[in-house]
Amino acid sequence: MRKHTMGLLAMAAATTLTLSACGGAEVGGEPEGEESAAGGEGITIGIKYDQPGLGLQDGAEYTGFDVDVATYVANELGYSEDQITFKETPSANREAMLQNGDVDMIFATYSITDERKEVIDFAGPYFVAGQDLLVAADNTDITGPQDLEGKNLCSVTGSTSAEKIKTEYAEGVQLLERPGYAECVTALSAGQVDAVTTDDIILAGLAAANGDGNLKVVGNPFSEEKYGVGLPKGDDQCEAINEAITKMIDEGAWEEAVAANTEGADYTPNADLNPPTPEACA
Amino acid sequence: MNDYLSGLGSLLVRYDVLGAFWTNIQLTFWGALIALVLGTALALMRISPIASLRWVGAAYVNILRNTPLTIIMTFMVMGVWTALQIHVADTFESTFFRLAVVGLAVYHAAFVCESIRSGVNTVPLGQAEAARAIGLSFLPAARLIILPQAFRGAIAPLGNTLIALLKNSTVAAAASVSWETASTMKTMIEFNPNFLWGIFAMFALGYVILVIPIGVLTTWLSQRLAVQR
Repeated sequence: MRKHTMGLLAMAAATTLTLSACGGAEVGGEPEGEESAAGGEGITIGIKYDQPGLGLQDGAEYTGFDVDVATYVANELGYSEDQITFKETPSANREAMLQNGDVDMIFATYSITDERKEVIDFAGPYFVAGQDLLVAADNTDITGPQDLEGKNLCSVTGSTSAEKIKTEYAEGVQLLERPGYAECVTALSAGQVDAVTTDDIILAGLAAANGDGNLKVVGNPFSEEKYGVGLPKGDDQCEAINEAITKMIDEGAWEEAVAANTEGADYTPNADLNPPTPEACA
Repeated sequence: MNDYLSGLGSLLVRYDVLGAFWTNIQLTFWGALIALVLGTALALMRISPIASLRWVGAAYVNILRNTPLTIIMTFMVMGVWTALQIHVADTFESTFFRLAVVGLAVYHAAFVCESIRSGVNTVPLGQAEAARAIGLSFLPAARLIILPQAFRGAIAPLGNTLIALLKNSTVAAAASVSWETASTMKTMIEFNPNFLWGIFAMFALGYVILVIPIGVLTTWLSQRLAVQR
């Protein structure tokens, strides 16, 4: 009898584990390195891990434009490369991670908006992106968002870019939302969607990462996204970061970084808006 | 405080929160319906006198029950729809909705099967022997004698599975049902981080309101309908 009871208990425990494992919600990483948040030994910088050309984790290496700018700025602030710890900051968690002190600053295609300014501070912008479309290289009938009527479009979950096309340009567009851009590219390559939409520099990175030249960025941006450096509210490094960004642009390192990270994608950033002048700090 | 509440209220105008919950209720309804049918069939297989059917039933339960739902959902969209290009509906919305329902159903059928089997275990062996004695073969005996009693005994575990299904319906986001609650909540938080706690509380409360009645109802039914022995 006793053995029987133990068996039942084990089963109950196993069932509980199985059930709780299927919750499927994302749980944030454990907060680490209290000392790094205080700025003593090193600096923790939040980036994206899944955006080729901007912020990409490649084994133990991190590559992309956001990473290059972050490294440059951190150097200017007095941190050498081995003092920088990169940490993934998914879009929905960025403000919380700044507020908790999980990261000291964020370079993660972080558009400056008034809603976000209420809870965090921004330095920059260090880049002005625009929403654009990625299509198959042999596609000639999609030249802008207005051509998407009746077409299929992919974007990542939780981004307003696809919704914007639906409400402002083409009501009859069908939306596929995937958790990551790579899956959108898979669907585009498989022909299940006609276009992928998000900021142009992200698309350029995806097209470049895809390598074989069968995808292209349409090159007709229809919005203005100012990428800023996310900082905790009241942070005093804003001025210094802006100076670093200005220096990077003046030195030409900024242009080199853009070119290096979008190589092979036939992409040039919107010249009217780039390189940007950092805004005054709050 | 009033500013905060009115700001939170204005979010309700911008985002269709009730519609999002309605989507999850629909996903749960269809998912539960198919899972119940499939799960009953699986339970029958697992208690059947034919060894190969028992093996198939056990294999199904062990494989599906131990596969994370997110993977099943992603497979539905990236595998079934993108790679195999299986056509299930004309519009994207109904395509993803149906794929998500299938994903929820095949996953929870494994749990339904085990709940029903636990109900079968509440039926005394004498019932099955009596059914055999009056000349009923396996299927009629199951249909007329065993399953009606088993379902009465399985109401509480089936209720638990239904609650899990309702909450797991948020994983439909992985099958691109991006207008359901979890995705809506994430979008709202991403673009309105100033209302983080309010948004969070709103969705948590919504689920509590949905789940508590299911729990109360199944507990009440399981007491009322249980076979008195």
